[in-house]
Amino acid sequence: MSEKKKELQVAALENGTAIDHIPPAELFKVAKMLGLEHTQNTITIGNNLQSKKMGTKGMIKISDKFFEEDVINRIALIAPKVVLNIIRDFEVVEKRPVELPDEVTGLVICNNPKCITNNEPMLTRFRVIDKEHGTIRCEYCERKINRSDIVIK
Amino acid sequence: MKSKSLVSIDQCSKEDILRILENAAKFEANPNRKLLEGKVAATLFFEPSTRTRLSFETAINRLDGRVIGFTDASTTSSSKGETLKDTILMVSNYADLIIMRHHLEGAARYASEVTNIPVINAGDGANQHPSQTLLDLYSIQKTQGTLDNLTITLVGDLKYGRTVHSLIVGMSHFNPTFNFVAPNELKMPDEQKHFCDKHGIRYHEYTEFDESIIDETDILYMTRVQRERFTDMEEYERVKNVYILKNDMLKNSKDNLKILHPLPRVNEIAYDVDDNPKAYYFQQARNGVFTREAIICDVLNIPVN
Repeated sequence: MSEKKKELQVAALENGTAIDHIPPAELFKVAKMLGLEHTQNTITIGNNLQSKKMGTKGMIKISDKFFEEDVINRIALIAPKVVLNIIRDFEVVEKRPVELPDEVTGLVICNNPKCITNNEPMLTRFRVIDKEHGTIRCEYCERKINRSDIVIK
Repeated sequence: MKSKSLVSIDQCSKEDILRILENAAKFEANPNRKLLEGKVAATLFFEPSTRTRLSFETAINRLDGRVIGFTDASTTSSSKGETLKDTILMVSNYADLIIMRHHLEGAARYASEVTNIPVINAGDGANQHPSQTLLDLYSIQKTQGTLDNLTITLVGDLKYGRTVHSLIVGMSHFNPTFNFVAPNELKMPDEQKHFCDKHGIRYHEYTEFDESIIDETDILYMTRVQRERFTDMEEYERVKNVYILKNDMLKNSKDNLKILHPLPRVNEIAYDVDDNPKAYYFQQARNGVFTREAIICDVLNIPVN
């Protein structure tokens, strides 16, 4: 069995989801994307934690909460290397990397003020044109948006 | 099932383009045909564009169709806050086809999604204007006898000029070579250059507009350098007279050279060029009617014999 960790940087979780390897700059965006400000579950947030892989990282632990696949994949828009740990009875039962969908509907705001989606009561729709770099393109005005410029609704 | 619309030149395959151009040639030979008899076309110009609207309405009239519509959104319910969707759905009850121009980008795409009748995009902001591209292609094919293996020189505002960006996409099926001539502030964006690289299209970039480039060119496509595009007025003053075509620059040009311009022109083509048989910009506008007749029949699935 694995060695017991020397010291946990964030309190352990009995049941729920631990979202790990969040770039520190994106942590609060991820929290907003998941609507965590509206949930009553116990949440532990750690940021600028030491990480062997990333130098520093952010982590969010949410008790008794398991997300739907499409909710999770939204995270990939701003933080593609995030890993979800599904925890039951203090054990990680599943490690799930996030994956960008081909199309993103109703989540991102188009950066182009002259885009029809910013002027009409309608859902935005973007095609993911580069999964590696996280580049998306508005299906309406055709504006390309880089990952760092993505604004979440 | 959604109807067939023409929203963007990107959606057109090589076959689509060649079919539309072939039909445009049939309309040029015989422009007046009763193919739209009993049909109503709506021209919805949320933003005024007299040239484009007259061209489309001429095309409809030559096909014996009827036209409804407006030429300025300030006289319509959209000025009272009606959504585009509501306007489109309302007009869809009356017409067989919508031709629309809108200042917002993506408006035509959205309209084509909410209605079951075909939509032709007659310009959505700085985004797309596919009938302009198809009439440019028709003019090129007609004057050169082919679309294949041509050298096309694009001059002026290559950064914001949507017609030149769309022309690159439209020509990408036909193995062109491009010369991009523009001041640094208005040079061809990386996105279009990446597109060329991806499709194996050769291109050369120049900041000087001189005769050696013209002399190897088959199609010289001029655009307007607009003052409002510049952040640095000194730069504008410096370049505004550099990209002007004068008649004496054409003396060693190829016999088959033709000069195109989407119009309106201001001073980028000197008036002494107008009398040169290589000037083609007014015939280019005339070709727009035939091309639009072909586009209208194409989206309505009307065969042209």
